[in-house]
Amino acid sequence: MSDLQQLYQTIILEHAKARHGAVDLTPLADAVALGDASGLRVAESHQINTTCGDEVTLRVSLDIETVTDLVWTGEGCSISQASASILTDTLRGLSTTEARALLDNFREMLRSRGKIEPDEEVLGDAAAFGGVSRYPARVKCAMLPWVAFEAALIEAESH
Amino acid sequence: MTSFAPSSAISPALAAQHPKLAPLTNIDVERIRNDFPVLHQTVNGHPLVYLDSGATSQNPISVMEAEQEYYEQRNAAVHRGAHTLAVEATEGFEAARDKVAAFVGAETDEIVWTSNATEAINLLAYSFSNASLGLGGPSARRFSLGTGDEIVVTEMEHHANLIPWQQLALRTGATLRFIPVFDDGSLDLLAAAAIVGQQTKLLAFTHGSNVTGTINPVAELVALARKVGALVVLDACQTVPHLPVDVKALDVDFAVFSGHKMLGPTGIGALYGRAELLADMPPFLTGGSMITTVDMHAAEFLAPPQRFEAGTQRISQAIALAAAVDYLSETGMDRVAAWEAQLGQRLVAGVAEISGVRLLGQGLGVERLGLAAVDVAGVHAHDVGQFLDDAGIAVRVGHHCAQPLHRRLGVTASTRASTYLYNTTDEVDLFLATLAEVAPFFGVKP
Repeated sequence: MSDLQQLYQTIILEHAKARHGAVDLTPLADAVALGDASGLRVAESHQINTTCGDEVTLRVSLDIETVTDLVWTGEGCSISQASASILTDTLRGLSTTEARALLDNFREMLRSRGKIEPDEEVLGDAAAFGGVSRYPARVKCAMLPWVAFEAALIEAESH
Repeated sequence: MTSFAPSSAISPALAAQHPKLAPLTNIDVERIRNDFPVLHQTVNGHPLVYLDSGATSQNPISVMEAEQEYYEQRNAAVHRGAHTLAVEATEGFEAARDKVAAFVGAETDEIVWTSNATEAINLLAYSFSNASLGLGGPSARRFSLGTGDEIVVTEMEHHANLIPWQQLALRTGATLRFIPVFDDGSLDLLAAAAIVGQQTKLLAFTHGSNVTGTINPVAELVALARKVGALVVLDACQTVPHLPVDVKALDVDFAVFSGHKMLGPTGIGALYGRAELLADMPPFLTGGSMITTVDMHAAEFLAPPQRFEAGTQRISQAIALAAAVDYLSETGMDRVAAWEAQLGQRLVAGVAEISGVRLLGQGLGVERLGLAAVDVAGVHAHDVGQFLDDAGIAVRVGHHCAQPLHRRLGVTASTRASTYLYNTTDEVDLFLATLAEVAPFFGVKP
């Protein structure tokens, strides 16, 4: 595989089109009220990549310590959009501790400039972003939804 | 690949300025390229094709040597100190001002050094802001803005020629209005005539768009401003490097441009202001080197341009920029403009042949700068840029600091190829051929 094919693995291009978890978000206040009624803590975070204007708004629902739902809306390059799609598949159903550990692993891999082989056992499909770590300019794209998740999680836990 | 005659946009009068020099050809350009060491490298296994001069241009050896020579032989603070080096540094610094002034048709004292065009526009905005507070006395009142006054810009502005005016409006209570653009990115001049009125105190617009390559009708816009006594600020960032520009002939009050876009170093730019206007403007940055007498309560200021050049100046950069101006003048700005017009037409003609790729702005046959911004259907600009970079082709992706214009044209981001005097037709063709491969790679069917 060429470097470019390493970067744009088939699974990434497929997720960029499939966009798992991408929805037209309802107003946050409605979602929070609905969550309150059913014992869920709901919060979201909006992140912008100032380099290219990519945007992701990611909404997290927490049932005690479990990430029960993740939905998002956004616009951007195939890396950021695929990353959001894979994030929802990967983190949904995990405990907050498991999700944070996975996030840390993902971030460490992306910041390694290609030195850390992605651990497929831990990361699952998110391991496909291993090629991105060799392109420092694109690390932000891959991280964007994960940074949104991190911020939304803290917000949800504070409710 | 379709070939094109040079655009007729360059007038015969301009072409006659250098009767001895024939139009540039690829052979001349190959020679020019030898003066630019950075161009001779491989990127991702391919020869570098640098098509991002709209963002920043490359430096010829003579520019880098001028800066080095200054530091090796003449480095000293200017306009202070009586020792030999200080005198030589001051002479070099002021000779550079002469040269840059002559390059744009200004008088020497009408050129104020700034860090870049952005700072030049901020200098104006803050000077006007200070005038609005009453600084500068009665003669500065002509720059004063308040409730009921209007600042007019266009929808195609770079953020540098938009946000300083937004902020000035917020500080003074003035209203910011804008002249809209059509779907093809050109200015709606009928709307302009309706918007520019008695309330208009300031009309700020770009000479050439960094996104669509549109060259604005300066004379028509200046006429609108003159009718109502509004001041005119021209953002000439994309034109001073690429076209013969004469600020007096354009009859604007102020013009700004950046050194790094015209073969010069970063950290240097200029503000042109008509002498009688600069003379009445209160300063923006204050401190050393811009005063006559100071006591513990107040200071008297020097005449322009020193009034606007507080602190130790960008001496080496000014001297290097003068070397860049020499390089451009020796090549001939009319020849540079004609060559880039040819490259620009080749770009838009080629883009038109690729299905699923939309050109932002006006198409073939319309006068434009030597650049083209495109939207590839179904592929984000960042991905397009990555694909091109893999082939060694450097382009700009994103909103190019013009979010409102992109929004108006219905896209959030685009991919821009921008040429300069060192780009060949082969490079343009390679860009086009690689651009055509983008959609198939990403699995998008046109």
